[in-house]
Amino acid sequence: MKEQLKQIRIVRKKNYIGRYTLIILVMAWFIILTMLPVYGIIKETFKNGWHIFITSLATPASQHSFLMTLWITVGTIIINTVFGVILAVVLVKQNFRGKLLFEGFVDLPFAVSPVVAGFMFIVLFGPKGWIGNWFETHQLKIVYAFPGMLIATLFVTLPFVAREVIPVLREFGLQQEEAAYILGASKWQTFLKVTLPSIKWGLAYGITLTIARSIGEFGAVLVVSGSIINKTQTATLHIHQEFTDFNYAGAFSAAVVLAVISFLILTTMQHVYKRKRI
Amino acid sequence: MGILLKEICKKFGDFVAVDHVSFEVQEGELVALLGPSGCGKSTILRIIAGLETPDSGEIYLTGKDVTALSPQKRKVGFVFQHYALFKHMTAEKNIAFGLEIQKKKKDDIHKKVQELIDLVKLQGYEKHYPDQLSGGQRQRVALARALATEPKVLLLDEPFGALDAKVRENLGQWLREFHKKLKITSIFVTHDQSEAIEISDKIIVIRQGTVEQIGTAREVYEHPGSKFVASFIGQVNVLDAIVKANQIRIKGTNYSVENKNNDTQNDGDVVLLVRPEDIQLIPAEEMPNDLPCTIKRIHYRGSHYEIDCEINGLNVRIIENKKDIYQEKWRENQNVYMNFKSFRIFQAEQGHERIHEKLKEAGYIE
Repeated sequence: MKEQLKQIRIVRKKNYIGRYTLIILVMAWFIILTMLPVYGIIKETFKNGWHIFITSLATPASQHSFLMTLWITVGTIIINTVFGVILAVVLVKQNFRGKLLFEGFVDLPFAVSPVVAGFMFIVLFGPKGWIGNWFETHQLKIVYAFPGMLIATLFVTLPFVAREVIPVLREFGLQQEEAAYILGASKWQTFLKVTLPSIKWGLAYGITLTIARSIGEFGAVLVVSGSIINKTQTATLHIHQEFTDFNYAGAFSAAVVLAVISFLILTTMQHVYKRKRI
Repeated sequence: MGILLKEICKKFGDFVAVDHVSFEVQEGELVALLGPSGCGKSTILRIIAGLETPDSGEIYLTGKDVTALSPQKRKVGFVFQHYALFKHMTAEKNIAFGLEIQKKKKDDIHKKVQELIDLVKLQGYEKHYPDQLSGGQRQRVALARALATEPKVLLLDEPFGALDAKVRENLGQWLREFHKKLKITSIFVTHDQSEAIEISDKIIVIRQGTVEQIGTAREVYEHPGSKFVASFIGQVNVLDAIVKANQIRIKGTNYSVENKNNDTQNDGDVVLLVRPEDIQLIPAEEMPNDLPCTIKRIHYRGSHYEIDCEINGLNVRIIENKKDIYQEKWRENQNVYMNFKSFRIFQAEQGHERIHEKLKEAGYIE
């Protein structure tokens, strides 16, 4: 009996060692890969004091780029939330031929490199593209202008809302909606009062992912916008510009702002994710 | 007039779910739609509520043709099998939903909800969310929600299916009392024959999308109209037999019983159905037509005993009440005799094996 107990204790000790080695390994990896760079960038930015941080953010080019990112993000949230929910509803509730294939294509933006996506839009909407040509004759610029950048961002963030809402909607099922119909609620009333509140956390998570991606998008927007200072530069493009111009203070300052925003999004995301699971 | 269905048909692809179903439910009746799972009884209920559109046929609710009406306009109350409560709303809000859709005054809604909370005895649970309530409580919220809009017809889909046995029994009795008080025309779907017998005024037995028999619990149990009904409602032993000159001989034995029932039957193959409680075991032969048999196993069932006997390789189940066993009259491997206090015979036009197969498929015999 006693020997048996001893053995058990030894086995447990071994497990502890294994566990802590793993934890330390993971922590070290995490620190090297994420915490250190964040520390580095903050240290570099404030090396010469707050003054440079403020002045480099106050330049017209910097402010314009952040505004650009803001508008693109706002536009993307509105359009992709509405469209993403419709997409999810269609894919969950409607049956049509080729639905499976179509469902697969929803993930296309995940698979295509953003740079390639950007080029696709240039081909399509550029002055010589077959859709862009039509817009050109109607005095509307798409590529190298705000509409093109918005379209590119819409493309790369397309799957987020739909992908988060689809499983929640599937699990939600039909019965609660049927109960609402029988109690006299129209389809629209049922959607607003029953369906939407039930999918809201999935939707919120999808929107958070959309925001994070819209703010951070670089490749697709770079190609489509042409990165024109004070015109079509977003915050990420601005950082790239400053960096290639050897204006490290400007690049780092803007980067810190984006990092703080990312941190806020991450916290919200964690919060929303917990609620979503309940 | 309560509910009237005329020649309702519904197919899902190639599968015929409901096949020319017609029946009438009188105003104020509580009727059970009884049948094995997959027999189409839930589909019939959903068709009445307007959640499914029949391929053909007509539906009348309180005398009005509602066949073309949407579920919103049929004004029925519906209790779903898994309650389908709105998870993001409190019990109170769930119950108020229908009234809020009707844009009733706030004070009136509040009054009505309080009345219903009292009626279903959920005082103190008004602000609870569905996941904070027990199964029985959710069931009662669902019922109150269905009744809030004062429907003329109440439909319940397996109302006690998801509850455990004890709660189920209590709620069944409670529903019975409740119906007596409200007198609302109600149909409930169930696959549990004892539930149907206990609760309903009338039972409609459904089999493979058709109406098999309609009658009171007593009629259906004591005078089953078909082999299916006899074996579905209660337990039953199925034996092959041959009728000759008003004598019924059980196949595989030399023993015959007189055909004293009213079942007029031409000579030929029949199926003899006898309920376990209608078989009497006797220690020694009293009458010349008593069947010799061997006790194989005695199962304790709490309120009674079930005894498996064997006659020439045929298994027969017998129910004996506790008192008889208590005297230790029977033991396993004992050679005894049995006779049938009552039985029914049906023509064996489909062949014995097929009936057996079907009953086995549906899980009524082993």
